[in-house]
Amino acid sequence: MNGILKNNPVFVLVLGMCPTLATTTSAINGLGMGAATMFVLICSNIVISLLKNVIPDKVRIPCFIVVIASFVTIVQLIMQAYAASLYETLGVFIPLIVVNCIILGRAEAFASKNDVLSAAMDGIGVGLGFTLSLTLIGVVREFLGSGSVFGIDIYNGDGALIFIMAPGAFMVLGYMMILFNKMMAKVK
Amino acid sequence: MEYFIIIISSIFINNIVLSQILGICPFFGVSSKVNTAAGMGAAVTFVMAINSIVVYFLQKLLVAWNIEFMQTIVFILVIATLVQMVEIILKKLSPSLYQALGVFLPLITTNCAVLGVAITMTQKDYNLLEGFVYSVSIAIGFALALVLMAGIRERLELCDLPKGVKGVPVALIIAAILAMSFMGFSGLV
Repeated sequence: MNGILKNNPVFVLVLGMCPTLATTTSAINGLGMGAATMFVLICSNIVISLLKNVIPDKVRIPCFIVVIASFVTIVQLIMQAYAASLYETLGVFIPLIVVNCIILGRAEAFASKNDVLSAAMDGIGVGLGFTLSLTLIGVVREFLGSGSVFGIDIYNGDGALIFIMAPGAFMVLGYMMILFNKMMAKVK
Repeated sequence: MEYFIIIISSIFINNIVLSQILGICPFFGVSSKVNTAAGMGAAVTFVMAINSIVVYFLQKLLVAWNIEFMQTIVFILVIATLVQMVEIILKKLSPSLYQALGVFLPLITTNCAVLGVAITMTQKDYNLLEGFVYSVSIAIGFALALVLMAGIRERLELCDLPKGVKGVPVALIIAAILAMSFMGFSGLV
């Protein structure tokens, strides 16, 4: 649960910004990216937790990267087979899951120190937080930019195209972060 | 002329940070001082230049052996090793340059811009020289965005902002305005 609000990877820890900004042009893209990252995060957390006694301390980072990269390749192949159009839209950002700091961060800070079950739960929590944030940003940008949510038209017309392009990404995330901070301050 | 188009379009029109949205972590992480931003930019340029040559031959090998699907794993390992090697070589050959760039080098492994450029370079099918020019200009664009951002953020330090806005949120909004002004270049080539 901690991963969704208090340690939300996007709004609080500000990790994994590249996919957050670049792939949230629509709700479905955000959801797809979030799900792909979550899959890699859970799998790599489990495997690294299983291997934590085998991996020598000095070369642990390269080992983690190899594990993560293997799962990213699996995701790439699965998506090419079953979600080809989503794979096309997300493009270079699928292989770039490897360098997503959330995954390496959780491997280093949590999975390599805890047992398999809690590592898996941690992966699910943080992964859900990431997926939810991405979907939310995607919903806002799609609503403002093309007047629809998940491809369903909400209002007539095209909306402000700028929200689908790069400036809109920065702007929406900036204002959402301010809102999130305000809300968290109220809750405390 | 061809190279000129590659240079202009990768520095301004398809600026890696402000239009392709890659390398955001260092963009926000090391852009609070102009000096450090310039150092990071130089380090990235250095690594990307060498990386483009290595990646070119590596991709040839992958294609020859018919294992293109291993691209992600191979590239990230090679980049990580390359950064380590550059660090060691620099330490021996030019201690003064190492002093200047040293701190930033380990950070580059996790800079998604480096891997991103390596992958887009192979997708665009550039030859060796084109790939090299492309990588270096992308890196210059990265340095440009970083230094611009740092210049603005240095001034921002003096402003009195509400608590929830300070730090990353306001940086994001500034980035939005920067990205918007970079969109003005889009008709150039």
